[in-house]
Amino acid sequence: MLQSRQISRKDAVIPGETEQPERASGERFGAVTMDSALANKTRLSTRALSVVPLAAAVALVIHLFLSTNEPAAEGRTYTLFLSLFFAVAVAFAITQRWWPALRARMRRLRPIFTVALLLLCAWQVITSGFRLLPLPYFPSPAGVLQSMINDRALLFDSTWHSLILLLSGYTLGVIAGFITGVCIGWSAPARYWGMPILKVVGPIPATAWIPLAMVVSPSAVISAAALIALAVWFPVTMLTASGVSNTRASYLDVARTLGAGPRYLIFRVAIPAALPTIFVGLFMGLGASFLTLVVAESVGVKSGLGWYVSWAQGWAEYGKVYAALIIMAAFFSTIMTLLFKLRDRVLIWQKGMIRW
Amino acid sequence: MVTPSLRLREVTKSFPAPDDPLRQRLVLDGITISLTTGELVSLVGPSGCGKSTLLRLIAGLEVPDSGELMIGSEAITGPSAERGLVFQDPNLFPWLTVRRNIEAGLVARGLLQERRDDVGEFMSLVGLEAFGNAYPHHLSGGMAQRVALARALINHPKVLLLDEPLGALDAFTRMRMQDEVLRLWSARRSTTLLVTHDIDEAIYMSDRIVIMTARPGTIDRIIPVTLDRPRDRSSSEFLQLRGEILELLHFAGGATPETILTARVASA
Repeated sequence: MLQSRQISRKDAVIPGETEQPERASGERFGAVTMDSALANKTRLSTRALSVVPLAAAVALVIHLFLSTNEPAAEGRTYTLFLSLFFAVAVAFAITQRWWPALRARMRRLRPIFTVALLLLCAWQVITSGFRLLPLPYFPSPAGVLQSMINDRALLFDSTWHSLILLLSGYTLGVIAGFITGVCIGWSAPARYWGMPILKVVGPIPATAWIPLAMVVSPSAVISAAALIALAVWFPVTMLTASGVSNTRASYLDVARTLGAGPRYLIFRVAIPAALPTIFVGLFMGLGASFLTLVVAESVGVKSGLGWYVSWAQGWAEYGKVYAALIIMAAFFSTIMTLLFKLRDRVLIWQKGMIRW
Repeated sequence: MVTPSLRLREVTKSFPAPDDPLRQRLVLDGITISLTTGELVSLVGPSGCGKSTLLRLIAGLEVPDSGELMIGSEAITGPSAERGLVFQDPNLFPWLTVRRNIEAGLVARGLLQERRDDVGEFMSLVGLEAFGNAYPHHLSGGMAQRVALARALINHPKVLLLDEPLGALDAFTRMRMQDEVLRLWSARRSTTLLVTHDIDEAIYMSDRIVIMTARPGTIDRIIPVTLDRPRDRSSSEFLQLRGEILELLHFAGGATPETILTARVASA
């Protein structure tokens, strides 16, 4: 799914020869600019503009109606939150007239925000409205928001620790996986000896090594970083090796007739040619690293979001559990987005990539 | 006597048969041919006659079973920058811009520092100054092929090997590119071996036409083309030679060398 579709050269060629520079660049940018230009020119109707503020208002009214069922502090915070949301929505609906970039974005995100607000309403009605779900396992959105604000210092600290652990493990795994992948993909002896190890060790989930890691390693943090690295290493190695070994033979032939030696063939032909596949490995590795991070933090490491979730659960503070889950979602999603941005930048030469 | 720049003697090559990998199938049998320096020779023949294999052997990408391949007085042992190869698919590196593609040969040989100025020269030689920063997927087929030519030429190859370089282009682009290749060739006078399946192209461009037979690939005949350049595709001499060659290909072995000789005399 993450793999970007490679359009073969033949399809990409503009038929016939394009002599004039203007025409080629026109064709290149024409399609893109046309779409967004058209979207930005057309006005949004008043009805379309009022959808998000209206949804926010509905959420606010329902909340005020139900707030007698909730602790006063929670109620106030949530009222403030929804009012703020309402105010911003109204402000955006007005300013978009003079701000085309905002208008384009609003056009795209309007339905999502509307549905999200309505889901918040439904959540509140189910929990603090009709009390259909047992407490303390299912707090209202107001409760979760209050927990998030009350415990912000610890949550921030946990996120920071998770980030450090994730980055060190991921970086280590990517470097190791890239090196082994290039070796296995390029050299036949490395493939002969490397593939059996990869086939046997690779499919074991990194989390299965936790008992061993706890015994061997001097510190839980180091063993967690090593486990994350291991989880990342397998997909990165696999995909790098397959990308490198599937380098189009004609690229290598051309490079050889241009006077290329092995160094050029590996670093300037095989690895760039393998980059789209390598990025698939990086994405798979990132997913595996999230999983391993959370598991490692909840069983061994005494810090981080994974630890926070199981710690809060131990105290039956489910508001905090959900608060941590929301932060985790935002945190992981941000890192994923950054990787997509990096890929878009590195693979700028490719056609038809899937956007995040 | 001009020294031959490229000399092949009794070259044979076989590959494992596709249906039975244990059996070898002869692809080229006893190929003997010499090209003088600066000569442009076309290889014409039915598909499967080993034209491309012959080019890959000269490029050093394949090793012959037997026979001798020489550049000047040196035997060909492997790929080298002195033998440039251009395929039907331009095979530009898609991750490099046009400029970086053309530079590739210099980078590979560590000569970019001292010969940086050549890059611009070769870009304008093929008329692509304005496209230096474009990526290959933005180029049309003809433009991409010109980049591929510039990329091969920047190494100043002694021998230029062209494997149906214009085969994938439409008829008009193709004719324009034939003039382009001729212009590049006459400016640099690299010994050029052109594989083509287009007889018009062979007559229009080359000094000699090598006609091959298939399975195994052997040289059937070598026909000199003595028409003056620039050649007129619709002149009666051109058309007559074309007719002779077509006849030869259709009834290979049926035509006698005399008929070809008369064609040459008539065209000269």
